Amino acid sequence: MSPPPAAVASPAQKDSSQVRQKEMIARHFDRLAAAPETGARSAYTFVPGNLTELLLSFDVLPVLPEINALQSAMRGKTAEYIAMAEKLGHSEDVCTYVKSDIGMMKSGNVGPTGQRLPSPDLLLLSYTGCFTFMKWFELLREEYHCPVAMLHVPYQADGRITDAMRTYVVDQLKSAVIPKLEQITGRPYDEDRLKALLARSAQAEDDLVWVLQSAKHVPSPIDAYFGAVYYVGPIFSAFRGTDDAVEYYRALREEIAARMREGKGPVTPDGEMERERFRVVVEGPPNWTSFRQFWKMFADEGAVAVASTYSKVGGVYDLGFRHDPDHPLETLAEYCLGCYTNLNLPTRIDLLTRYVQEYRADGFLINSVKSCNSFSAGQLHILREVEARSGRPGGFIESDLVDPRYFSAANIKNRLESYFQMLDQKRLGAAS
Amino acid sequence: MTPDPRLAALVERADALFRDQSLAAVRDWKARTGGLAVGFLPIYVPRELLHAQGVLPVGLMGGRPDLEIIKGDAYYQSYICHLPRSTIELGLNGSYDALDGLIFPAICDVIRNLSGMWQMLFPNVLVHYLDVPQNFDPAIGGAFYRRDLETLAQSLEARGARPLTDEALRQSIALYNENRRLVRELYALRTRAPWKVPTSELYVVLRAALLLPVEEATPLFAEYLALATADESRRPQDQARVLVAGSFCEQPPLALIKTLERSGCYIVDDDFVQVHRFIRSDIATDGDPLQRLVQAFLTDAVASPTRYIADDVKGADLERRIADSGAEGVLFCAPSFCDPALLDQPMAVRAAERAAIPWTAFKYAENSGQFQVIREQAGTFADSIKLWSGV
Repeated sequence: MSPPPAAVASPAQKDSSQVRQKEMIARHFDRLAAAPETGARSAYTFVPGNLTELLLSFDVLPVLPEINALQSAMRGKTAEYIAMAEKLGHSEDVCTYVKSDIGMMKSGNVGPTGQRLPSPDLLLLSYTGCFTFMKWFELLREEYHCPVAMLHVPYQADGRITDAMRTYVVDQLKSAVIPKLEQITGRPYDEDRLKALLARSAQAEDDLVWVLQSAKHVPSPIDAYFGAVYYVGPIFSAFRGTDDAVEYYRALREEIAARMREGKGPVTPDGEMERERFRVVVEGPPNWTSFRQFWKMFADEGAVAVASTYSKVGGVYDLGFRHDPDHPLETLAEYCLGCYTNLNLPTRIDLLTRYVQEYRADGFLINSVKSCNSFSAGQLHILREVEARSGRPGGFIESDLVDPRYFSAANIKNRLESYFQMLDQKRLGAAS
Repeated sequence: MTPDPRLAALVERADALFRDQSLAAVRDWKARTGGLAVGFLPIYVPRELLHAQGVLPVGLMGGRPDLEIIKGDAYYQSYICHLPRSTIELGLNGSYDALDGLIFPAICDVIRNLSGMWQMLFPNVLVHYLDVPQNFDPAIGGAFYRRDLETLAQSLEARGARPLTDEALRQSIALYNENRRLVRELYALRTRAPWKVPTSELYVVLRAALLLPVEEATPLFAEYLALATADESRRPQDQARVLVAGSFCEQPPLALIKTLERSGCYIVDDDFVQVHRFIRSDIATDGDPLQRLVQAFLTDAVASPTRYIADDVKGADLERRIADSGAEGVLFCAPSFCDPALLDQPMAVRAAERAAIPWTAFKYAENSGQFQVIREQAGTFADSIKLWSGV
């Protein structure tokens, strides 16, 4: 048996926070693998609008199929998984996360650490910011025959959260989600325990925001797109509300603070970046099948992502939201409603423009992924609007989440090089 | 028997409306009445509410194949369906200038994001995202939906529409009940005698009605029903009975529907222009009429792929429709890149297989222009049904 790969492939140079994260993830997957013996319950759910604290308050282990899919891509498994799903009748046009997940399940449901994942005791369908989620769990329901808890999170169509939206989500938590958790665990809802978890969430969120905002410093000590994938990992997945997460983010903050004091740039696939040449904001998820190659295309040009929207899919904490232990269900509702892909196009444009300005970016790039209409539909409009409002040039590249057929390295590299050359020319023009 | 010229004339009239992409009929209506006209995208909005406030609901279903997309393509990547491109094109070229607002029902992420683009591109018109609930408990999802409808009514009133009153809403519900009843009768007639109601004709009539006030759409349906029923010149042919599934949002070109019929298929059930049938039966006109509208959506709507199926078996509705229509096969006919239809399809296929009838699948775009491959596929499918069914 080959040694278990890291849950998320990380840069060659590892900080102690990364080592800690790897250990946390390994322990989590150990618990999942042992669930059939220990009797631990698991719930499959999604990153945007995840209710990790609520699950943990019932000692239910979260499983995130999106993260399984991206990790499968990093391990080079998704071509096979997607082909299997397409052979079973899933259209080539639809989300490849779904097809990767179906293929993984049909291949034995072996997770990123090489261990078999337990079948879910509950499908927690937090229908937040993505239509595909609903169909995904309808498909899984037919395979697993387990209970489904549907939580419909309304869209912020007018750029704000209304009382009616909040009430609707809270009512569903009370009437649909919590009873299902009580049913599968045989335990009553424990609000005090939930509050304690939420208090820890807020602590970790403070430190995460500090880390993400450290990119305002010149040079930026972090890469807020590729690097941020690692930073948001614990808080977007199974660890929000845990002591592990609090300690991880405290340690991460200290590491980044040290990097900033020393004037260091971010760690890249080739080690520390020596010179920050370009500061860019990135919209859209990364490509996962060629993640390191993609990152290297930026790093080779001295381009640092100083802010990204992908790092907000599991919560836009930098706009001020924190989980509030004094209002446990209301705060979960607000959290779900506020995730990035649940924001309307004008709000997304405002946010990107603000990032370009506040982070002193030279420009912004959109990585438009074929799989994700929630992100992608409207991105060409976003491109024009953010350019017009920020006065900074935008670039547009296309790839996919986990389908290697849609990552054309030569095309993407060519576009990125042209884009960075253009930024250079503009800079020279401005200086002359 | 000679064909009834009145039937041909009616279909010609409907076809002219169907071809009316710049909404001349809506402009005429506005000039006559001074009322507001509000467009809505697929699949469903409660038109009764708009009607009760004196607003003309105008069904928009993208563009026809002859619409040249110049600006719309600049807004969308190649892997996004076609309907939003043509919608943007028609908005930007002034075709929708007569509309005082647009309603975007929550059916997929593309329509959802289009609502935000519309807010920015057309800041002077009402944009309402109708976030229909996926929780069907009247006290929870119902309450949320009711609040959304009240907000819509207030927004319309703020733009000059009449205030919503119970009495007006009851009258509107009654008018739409009659409208839906006739559509159900048309579908039932087509199921019984599909040669009398060619789908290519029925489709045009249904599309035409999207631009008309219900007071004109209902007589159109009634007249078509009467003429089609009475026309004895139409005789049965040896065609396979098929159910077409997956075409509930972006619509196939009319030529594609004709191709299916010419290739040997009688379409005996479909998802086209579903707003006319989204609520399956009459809505009660007593009690609180707004609550009746809400309740109809919660408990009496079709099992669309855009709707979470909480309690029923997924695909059970398709099985029922197969049985009720006497379909001998299913054509899964979805627009390219349509998430709701294509993600649903594996489950729908299983339903067809449970019903033990054959199926085949193909995709289209609203501007598809070549149908030879589909004709061969559908023709072979129909032949196989006729040759091998019951063997």
